[in-house]
Amino acid sequence: MRFRQQSALPGFGLAFGYTLFYLGFIVLLPLAALVAEAAGLGLRGLWAAATEPRAVAALRISFGLALAAAAVDSMFGALIAWVLTRYRFPGRRLLDAAVDLPFALPTAVAGIALATLYAPNGWIGGMLAGLGIKVAFTPAGIFIALVFVALPFTVRTVQPLIAEIDRSVEEASATLGASRWQTIRRIIVPMLAPAMLTGFALAFARAVSEYGSVIFIAGNLPYVSEIAPVLIVIRLEEFNVRGATAIAVIMLALAFAILLAINAIQSWGRRRFGHA
Amino acid sequence: MRIRVVDIAKEFGRTGALRGVSLAIEDGELIALLGPSGSGKTTLLRVIAGLEAPNAGRVYFGEEDATALPVQKRRIGFVFQNYALFKHMSVRDNIAYGLHVLRGAARPSGTAIRKRVDELLDLMQLSGLGDRRPWQLSGGQQQRVALARALAVDPAVLLLDEPFGALDARVRKDLRRWLRQLHERTGHTTVFVTHDQEEALELADRVAILNSGKIEQVGSADEVYDNPASAFVMSFIGDTSSIPVAFDGARASYGGEPFEAPFEGHRHGPGRLYVRPRDIAIAPPQPGLLVGRVAKVHRTAAGRRAQIAIGDSETIVEAEIGIDQPLHEGERVGVRLLKVKAFAE
Amino acid sequence: MPEPPTQPRRPAAVTTERPGVRALLIAAVVVFLALFLILPVVVVFAEALRKGVWVYFATFRDPDAQSALRLTLTVAAIAVPLNTLFGIAASWAIAKFAFRGKTLLITLIDLPFSISPVISGLIYVLLFGAQGLFGPWLAAHGIKIIFALPGIVLATVFVTFPFVARELIPLMQEQGNTDEEAALTLGAGGLRAFLTVTLPNVRWGLLYGVLLCNARAMGEFGAVSVVSGHIRGFTNTLPLHVEILYNEYNFAAAFATASSLTVLALVTLVVKTLLEIHYGEALARPART
Repeated sequence: MRFRQQSALPGFGLAFGYTLFYLGFIVLLPLAALVAEAAGLGLRGLWAAATEPRAVAALRISFGLALAAAAVDSMFGALIAWVLTRYRFPGRRLLDAAVDLPFALPTAVAGIALATLYAPNGWIGGMLAGLGIKVAFTPAGIFIALVFVALPFTVRTVQPLIAEIDRSVEEASATLGASRWQTIRRIIVPMLAPAMLTGFALAFARAVSEYGSVIFIAGNLPYVSEIAPVLIVIRLEEFNVRGATAIAVIMLALAFAILLAINAIQSWGRRRFGHA
Repeated sequence: MRIRVVDIAKEFGRTGALRGVSLAIEDGELIALLGPSGSGKTTLLRVIAGLEAPNAGRVYFGEEDATALPVQKRRIGFVFQNYALFKHMSVRDNIAYGLHVLRGAARPSGTAIRKRVDELLDLMQLSGLGDRRPWQLSGGQQQRVALARALAVDPAVLLLDEPFGALDARVRKDLRRWLRQLHERTGHTTVFVTHDQEEALELADRVAILNSGKIEQVGSADEVYDNPASAFVMSFIGDTSSIPVAFDGARASYGGEPFEAPFEGHRHGPGRLYVRPRDIAIAPPQPGLLVGRVAKVHRTAAGRRAQIAIGDSETIVEAEIGIDQPLHEGERVGVRLLKVKAFAE
Repeated sequence: MPEPPTQPRRPAAVTTERPGVRALLIAAVVVFLALFLILPVVVVFAEALRKGVWVYFATFRDPDAQSALRLTLTVAAIAVPLNTLFGIAASWAIAKFAFRGKTLLITLIDLPFSISPVISGLIYVLLFGAQGLFGPWLAAHGIKIIFALPGIVLATVFVTFPFVARELIPLMQEQGNTDEEAALTLGAGGLRAFLTVTLPNVRWGLLYGVLLCNARAMGEFGAVSVVSGHIRGFTNTLPLHVEILYNEYNFAAAFATASSLTVLALVTLVVKTLLEIHYGEALARPART
């Protein structure tokens, strides 16, 4: 197959050329620099920097908390998507728009707001302090921030699917004797599963990379509440470009793996349902 | 299972979909709910199923008042126009679904379920397709899976909502015949909805004709065809021409001129005569007959038809004529009505 | 042939949960969203106004705040039009033509969403920083990119370039080529067809994409933080200024500044909701946020 099918519309060369140029300059060139720097370190250098205890701790904290936050967001996200799509109640549109808040709000603003809210003298932090629970400046604070940041991803991936569910399939299940709960469990959830998984993967990717929303509430104590992006910045401030690059490369490798996983999930979904 | 609906009324918003509908369905009967779009036939089916709750009236399954019974407990089998198969399950799992959701003691063992599914696959001529996914099957096959799924739990009544509506004409004809054979074998009480009168007349023991939320007539194919109860039924079933006339006792006149019109009973005032193409004979123009000009002669699958403009050309009647009958456009002819029905509108 | 649909029917009651369950679920969702999403926004404004309206407005008279605002607006004024141009070009190429490697191209465009903002800044440091690939050459010619405006612009462009493209691509794909082809058969040239047919068709998606791009460009923190050097009065954008104020415990000023960015975010959301209400079909919702 040739590169491009003939078309009556003009302007492909110009548009495509500009696109490639832009991408090349803005994206590929800097990424190439990253790869070059990583190559310069060599596999052994990379490995040494990556297995350095503080880096390991930071990656563990980042990934572990991101996983937990993405899991919580997946469950609540599906529920929120269901309620917003299927039910009618006053304020529904407002809530639906609010789901995009973490997406539209600058991360630094979210960061200081959450830090203030959950600080020991904050509205929620104060209440929890009364119960002896500390949130701000602990991993729990990071978790809360990540739940905030990743929520839109889990809701928005599932919502279109819920809207498209063919009601006659639900009716069919009822006519065959299934209770509402059985219908949800056997028919609806499997139909939503691929989207929920995709949402989980996207939420996880976002949570792992998050910086601005987390640094204010985190406490940033090495080995305890220091996430990987923070460590990268610290290394840069120490002029340890190599150390920073090593951690960055690992995070990128993971991001790439997640993208592949999302693609795999989506083709699995298409195979299972025929056309997705 | 005998089914009775009594005085069912159902509204959606301010439009009344059903207005005081009553119907008795005999055990083992295959009955069609026939009518144009918007007549309420699908709504009636869904009320019987329990998918819609009526605003008034009662539904009886056998002796039991089932009006408040939820759809899950009614032991019905429902087949949807778009099949509504579970796309993430194999054909087997689709068919077995009703058995899998049974709880406790009622649920058969895995082997029993498998056996039942195999039986149904055989019955539906789908053997060997059990492990396929629904989208890998043709439309006709998918509909048979839907039917098998509905039959798996041995329902008291089978309800079909335009089951062949989404299929090609050819497949539709085949499935129609096949459904009738199935019904003779299994004997389930079956109610199906259609807007295709040919389908209804061919398949059903009895036909209930609905119009604007009311039942116009219930009867066998012969009854509704030969003895329609209203002008609507007459024009809905089979081809009809209608002639506006003035009645005077046992006589009718068109445009002031009386003519031979063998209708039953005595009527007075304005009305219409309805006549089928087969019941019109073309004769030389003479007094006592309607007279008109041949407007068009065309070929049909079965033979030839002539459209004749009566009197002042506003009324057209369509007559079946022989293949060899010499008739030319523009010719002046007399129209003899062999059989007519008279209605007020 | 299937008959035309009858009057629209409300979904049967069998396809929804019992009223009690529904009420419970709605309550749970409302509480969750209020707690996690809405409360933080409320906090921003509550803290901003804590010391009173005078102090609130005084924050914006501070010269550092004003230069931060100027820098943010400058960066957005450069980044957003550039990215819009890219978005239009990319979506034109991708949506209206068939060619090999399209998936790869789309994946590349989605890249910034998968990369941590800190890394997005890091890669420019690697290119243009003192120890970077072009570092020595730039130093020799006296050009500053990192710790100066160009670096901030580059990092912002990187992080926000997908927005317009991602809005336009599914929209244009859904609309197909028929309108443009019709224009061509009527004698319009390529550019004319584009300006008079394509652009009007996608104007609401374009507007929304530009708004999102702008909101993110003005609010970007992580990437800019890495390349900016945090030089007060020179290389601090509004979000960085917020960070500085907060770290100095100047909470009222920090939140006051933050509130301006929050208003921008809220306006973006309101416009989006209005666009969806009035032009729902005109905004193809992408499968991923």
